[in-house]
Amino acid sequence: MTGALLLAPVAGADLLSPESGGSPNADDIDTLYWIIFGVAVVVFVGVEGVLLYSVFKFKARKGAVPAQIRGNTRLEIGWTVGAAVILVILATVTFIKLDAIRNPPNSSASGLQLADTSRRLPPSGKSLNICVNGQQYIWRFTYQENCDPKSAKNLGAPFSYEEMVVPVGTTVTLDINAQDVAHSWWIPKLGGKFDAIPGYTNHTWFQVPTKFGDKPGGTVFFGQCAELCGRNHANMTARVRAVSVPEYQKWLALRKANIKAAEVQGAAQRKKLNDSNANSQPADSADPGQNPAQEDLSTPQP
Amino acid sequence: MAATVEAPTTTVEPIPQVAARKVDAPATGWTSWVTTTDHKRIGIMYLVLTFAFFILGGVEALLIRLQLAVPNNDLLTPQTYNELFTMHGTTMIFLFVVPVMAGFGNYFVPLMIGARDMAFPKLNALSFWLLAAGGLVFYASIFFSPPECGWTCYSPLSDTDYLPSGGVDAWIFLIHLTGLSSLVGAVNFYATIANMRAPGMGWGRLPLFVWAILTYAVLLILALPVIAAAVTLLLTDRHFGTHFYDASNGGSPLLWQHLFWFFGHPEVYIMVLPGFGIISEVLPVFSRKPIFGYKAIAAATLVIAFLGLLVWAHHMFSTPSPSLVLVFFMMSSFLIAVPTGVKIFNWIATLWRGTITYTTSLLFAVGFIGTFLIGGITGIFVAVFPVDWQLTDTYFVVAHFHYVLMGGAVFTIFSGLYYWFPKMTGRLLSEPLGKASFWLMLIGFHVTFLVQHSAGMEGMPRRVYEYSDVQDLAILNLISTIGAFILGFGILLTLINVLISVKKGAVAGPDPWKANTLEWFTQSPPPVNNFDSVPRIRSVEPMKDIRRQVIAQTGAPEPAYMTAMEAGRLAGDGH
Repeated sequence: MTGALLLAPVAGADLLSPESGGSPNADDIDTLYWIIFGVAVVVFVGVEGVLLYSVFKFKARKGAVPAQIRGNTRLEIGWTVGAAVILVILATVTFIKLDAIRNPPNSSASGLQLADTSRRLPPSGKSLNICVNGQQYIWRFTYQENCDPKSAKNLGAPFSYEEMVVPVGTTVTLDINAQDVAHSWWIPKLGGKFDAIPGYTNHTWFQVPTKFGDKPGGTVFFGQCAELCGRNHANMTARVRAVSVPEYQKWLALRKANIKAAEVQGAAQRKKLNDSNANSQPADSADPGQNPAQEDLSTPQP
Repeated sequence: MAATVEAPTTTVEPIPQVAARKVDAPATGWTSWVTTTDHKRIGIMYLVLTFAFFILGGVEALLIRLQLAVPNNDLLTPQTYNELFTMHGTTMIFLFVVPVMAGFGNYFVPLMIGARDMAFPKLNALSFWLLAAGGLVFYASIFFSPPECGWTCYSPLSDTDYLPSGGVDAWIFLIHLTGLSSLVGAVNFYATIANMRAPGMGWGRLPLFVWAILTYAVLLILALPVIAAAVTLLLTDRHFGTHFYDASNGGSPLLWQHLFWFFGHPEVYIMVLPGFGIISEVLPVFSRKPIFGYKAIAAATLVIAFLGLLVWAHHMFSTPSPSLVLVFFMMSSFLIAVPTGVKIFNWIATLWRGTITYTTSLLFAVGFIGTFLIGGITGIFVAVFPVDWQLTDTYFVVAHFHYVLMGGAVFTIFSGLYYWFPKMTGRLLSEPLGKASFWLMLIGFHVTFLVQHSAGMEGMPRRVYEYSDVQDLAILNLISTIGAFILGFGILLTLINVLISVKKGAVAGPDPWKANTLEWFTQSPPPVNNFDSVPRIRSVEPMKDIRRQVIAQTGAPEPAYMTAMEAGRLAGDGH
């Protein structure tokens, strides 16, 4: 079983390490993982080897006399220090890598240059900020610099559900929070997971390499909620679609226009409804989640 | 002349009038078990009850694996699935691993230190019945609505807004009752070990299993009040209008996570330390060598316990915490690897240059070392918090803690079962059946959990009732499910072995393994008073001293080791 796993071809290398490839921080985590893996293999082979050797070598045989050793201070100190040294090495490697994983870099020259000032930022202070909001059982993305949920729901800011669209080559910072229970934001290829906890804002970032935006429609990265959030936790999925900068700008403009149109339509419907209510007619309850593409409400005939 | 003969005077002695009361005959049958305060009977009741819960938890696990055998399976509803993994986790932790260690501790700590019973026999009975009550309350919830929030029951999901049914409350009362049970038991263990040791048994001559149980008791005393407080706050949040964990009213869901894990991480060591103690008893006996570095192992136990209290937030690396906090908990988690590594090296050194007899007990002990090592190594991966951001809450973590708890606790429990069963029943377990059970469990275990590391790294989160047919998830999960059934079958063989051997096993005699500690000084099973006389303890291995003394006094040749084997009681010693 282990052998089969170890001999897996490079294509299946992800059997042995976390997903990566969509963002520098995911790649750095992957590198860090492989360094630990290297140390771990040495420790594993060494210790299991000695264990199996001693079990087979010192099997009770006729005439064999067990050595009555009670301990060996030098040996004890030796392997205690040895274990500590290995850990010091791993800690050092982690600290070296930490900055690159935790702190976002500047957007590449071809990326969007947006200025944001409220969070862990690239050195240039410029990033595209998106508010990620976990709700049972869907993710909401608001394209907005200020993610305070109390700020009148950020009305007018473009938003989307399930699918986040981002420009490639751009440092995207995320403000992650939760609406109801705890969730956890995770797109494996774009780095680690960050919990969305009510009352807190969590932060992370990613930057999709430019090559992923080459083909029209971009590249989609899949992920799902990683914190138990209720019965449908398994189906709380998320997609990040990385597209070229012009494509992103087009999408955002369309999104804004659609939302605007929907708001206008919604206002009209509300007015209609209020009028019919004023005529003391019982009205159907309006569905707040109306699809703006749908035709007007069926108002009861007087 | 005539002599006067004095008439003999008769003095009437007053007959003492004693108001005789009828002395109650000792109870027999089931009432004698229900009313007992004898630590051995309580220990056996503990073991029987916890193994019953082990079977329940195992059935739940197999149902979980059946649901995950193929992608997009609809064998179970999401609700049932969530209830199952909640019950599985809760059962295995609170109703199996922790109390089973108390069961072994109850039976063997007084015997090992030469005491006639625990310090507080009635409290001992109370701790057992509290455990039974906790299990009853929790399992009663399956008739209305079991909890669905996982064994960690994170807030806000555990609040009435999201889980209004009584399941979470049943869970809260289970924590309270089993917690109280463990707390009472822990105080009892501490008092027993501190005060009731045989003459001559200083702290430096305490058997390592007793050291482990002592540490287990101290950890329980330190950690349990915190979870008791946490679930009490949860209860008031749910029913009495407080807002401890309610972010919209100034509370904090993170408070729950901190309180829970402040108990929950020591809990992990509460579960494995007694297992370490069992291994430290088993290895020297079957390699015919003294334990290597007695002091180092005892010290490592204490150091692990101390550090175990300082690592709780490594379960919360993905929460919004400051970098400094993450770094601190990464470093403290690293530190724990040192004493754990020291123990593993000491155990291997104990085997080194010994004469090893492959009994089932030893196989489980060696299987434990090999398996637990993998769990320890994956522990280093998840201790590095940037890497943990990728791994936490996925099947990688599920695999990691099953390696630690199944490979670390269950294998040691089985090792202890095969080692001590003769003492508890007077009969040996069947070795061939035991060996078959061991190999099936070892292979089944690794087939089940090794592939889960990969499933997690490919993006499969924990606690999902279904998954899509992407990457290699389908094949990995199918392998895992097949492994689970092999593992279950292996466990079943041991249970069958126990049921058969209780009545039909080979008679063991007082000391079948020629072991080192005091529990082998008395008959199997021990009489109610344990010992008619307790020898003066002169070393860590009192039984060796006693055997040497007998030879010196009688001139009899030392009985060959494993006479039982030569008599053909133990078939197949690894040929």
